[in-house]
Amino acid sequence: MMRHLISAADLTRDEAVLILDTAEEMARVADRPIKKLPALRGRTVCNLFFEDSTRTRISFEAAEKRLSADVINFAAKGSSVSKGESLKDTAQTLEAMGVDAVVIRHGASGAPYRLANSGWIDAPVINAGDGTHQHPTQALLDAFTMRRRLVGRDAGLGQDLAGRRITIVGDVLHSRVARSNVDLLHTLGAEVTLVAPPTLVPVGVETWPCEVSYDLDSTLTKSDAVMMLRVQRERMNAAFFPTEREYSRRYGLDGERMARMPEHAVVMHPGPMVRGMEITAEVADSPRCTVIEQVANGVSIRMAVLYLLLGGNESDAPTTNTRTEEK
Amino acid sequence: MSKTLIRGAKVLGGEPQDVLIDGATVERVGTGIEAGDATVIEAHGQILLPGLVDLHTHLREPGREDSETVLTGTRAAASGGYTAVFAMANTFPVADTAGVVEQVYRLGKESGYCDVQPIGAVTVGLEGKKLAELGAMHESAAGVTVFSDDGKCVDDAVMMRRALEYVKAFGGVIAQHAQEPRLTEGAQMNEGIVSAELGLGGWPAVAEESIIARDVLLAEHVGSRVHICHLSTAGSVEIVRWAKSRGIDVTAEVTPHHLLLTDELVRSYNPVYKVNPPLRTERDVMALREALADGTIDIVATDHAPHPHEDKDCEWAAAAMGMVGLETALSVVQQTMVETGLLDWAGVADRMSFKPAVIGGAKGHGRPVSAGEPANLTLVDPAYRGAVDPAGFASRSRNTPYEGRELPGRVTHTFLRGRATVVDGKLA
Ligand SMILES: [Zn+2]
Repeated sequence: MMRHLISAADLTRDEAVLILDTAEEMARVADRPIKKLPALRGRTVCNLFFEDSTRTRISFEAAEKRLSADVINFAAKGSSVSKGESLKDTAQTLEAMGVDAVVIRHGASGAPYRLANSGWIDAPVINAGDGTHQHPTQALLDAFTMRRRLVGRDAGLGQDLAGRRITIVGDVLHSRVARSNVDLLHTLGAEVTLVAPPTLVPVGVETWPCEVSYDLDSTLTKSDAVMMLRVQRERMNAAFFPTEREYSRRYGLDGERMARMPEHAVVMHPGPMVRGMEITAEVADSPRCTVIEQVANGVSIRMAVLYLLLGGNESDAPTTNTRTEEK
Repeated sequence: MSKTLIRGAKVLGGEPQDVLIDGATVERVGTGIEAGDATVIEAHGQILLPGLVDLHTHLREPGREDSETVLTGTRAAASGGYTAVFAMANTFPVADTAGVVEQVYRLGKESGYCDVQPIGAVTVGLEGKKLAELGAMHESAAGVTVFSDDGKCVDDAVMMRRALEYVKAFGGVIAQHAQEPRLTEGAQMNEGIVSAELGLGGWPAVAEESIIARDVLLAEHVGSRVHICHLSTAGSVEIVRWAKSRGIDVTAEVTPHHLLLTDELVRSYNPVYKVNPPLRTERDVMALREALADGTIDIVATDHAPHPHEDKDCEWAAAAMGMVGLETALSVVQQTMVETGLLDWAGVADRMSFKPAVIGGAKGHGRPVSAGEPANLTLVDPAYRGAVDPAGFASRSRNTPYEGRELPGRVTHTFLRGRATVVDGKLA
């Protein structure tokens, strides 16, 4: 297992499958009356959030607590990027306090990479989203959700997503979720198609391991999963698209479009959903929509990542392998 | 008067010759010159060049003396083989009045390591709104002829037109930092394959090229001359080539780092590679080398941009843009241009001394190595190989992208009007 988790692109197929399998084991903890494992007892994890994200922070915190870790939440909100020193200073303060792992969220692409590779600290670094670069645990929880839905909860163990067709729709240009998912899904053997207006596709996308389409309708009928990305209304004022209505008409997912997807296909969204422009209420509330599962799966995935990166405690190990052996 | 005899140096890379310096002047160039009472420098195997001239240096004084001062910057320049540097106007306060340019000019004189020719701002405070007093700066003791808002683009077409027209009165030139501001909002690196992967804001080539295209057309229309700073893309080369073929009075510079480094290095997220304009692609690098060789790009200019450690030891987005360059420029040019066979040493002299002196009107610099000329000279050992160690830099800042990288060549001696500023590779 690697030392840090900075980018979904850094994971091999086997590492990714191991994380998904471990997350299945972690998910069982949630079904127990006492939802706690002693694996990280005596270890301290810091959630270092330079950018607001209550959902991601709470998800990591829940994962850390279920593993019995001591948790420090450090919200560096308002600490301006222009005072770039704060990252280094903060990191070194945490190191001095004996933190065993750092979960970092930062508005600047590459900040977690710098933190992990600049010699400022020794602790493992987990990227909880950096700028428009990567959000690897999000991609892992998405892949986990897909594997459960498309392959099966137990049948999925040890499996990847070979041959599955995934369509990612929306603001690819500004999306760390899209970047992470393209990398991870490709590693797991899926075929990915990005769908967006050309203004929201990055220059240079041609080297990514995926297809790019400007036409949502032509991709729907052959998708096993359609992942809708958040589109911020401000993009409209920056002329990325003309009007909210035109965006909805061309790239929004409504009931009619959902009906054209294969029977088994699921609709995903990293949340929080803004109903209307990118996804209608009808779709968001349908049983095919996995948004709530994604939230629950996020905790299991983050438990798995923390457990694997921190090496856990041999005697406290969950029954990861026994489960597979039983089969 | 003190005399120095440089014995057996290859003048501009040609046949070995002896050069006798008497006071501030080259007295004789020939073979078998008697030393007499002169100090002798055995220079066999070394290359003698006219003292290098940098048209694009940031000396940071006044205002950011923690990064560099005129003294430390000129010491760095001498170490790199330079005898004249043009100091960019983006200081605090901005060099937009006769007072500030005279101050910088005077500090250069006092330093004694290198002549400092101030560049004046085109607009007041580099704000692009109001022309600075270009005439007053020209008439000041500093005698400014080059004007630039470098760091910022003179993006208003009317302002650029007026500036180009106005400086015709005294033979000035506008040096443009070509960067269309709207196309580069939030830009962090070259826009392309690497930026798409890294999720860093893109600085598209067209943001440079569109401004260059506009400015050469403006220069043609008003019959003035324009100089393009740190040209960085293959497309920019094509536009300048076209403009020259049309007879437009345009000159252009390329930095050493744009001749060697590519945006692939940004994958390290190490801000030492953060520079404006950004490092481009391999294809651009090759086009720039070709263009410097064939004369489409006239000169090499360092864009020496010192920053203190804390401005680079941080995350990419927060880091300052720029790299130091004075002390490594000649080595990079040797590696990328001479050792690739694209340029001989006479060509290096042309691109790093003769032409920049002409473009900037640097009196007494960029002159032939011959009797009666000012003894502004640089002696280089081209056989030297060694890893770059920033700890040895004379510059106050250490933000070099070449730390630990092996580069060829070393300046062994620099003479400013006959006085040695560097002896045996060390500042005198
Ligand atoms: Zn510039």
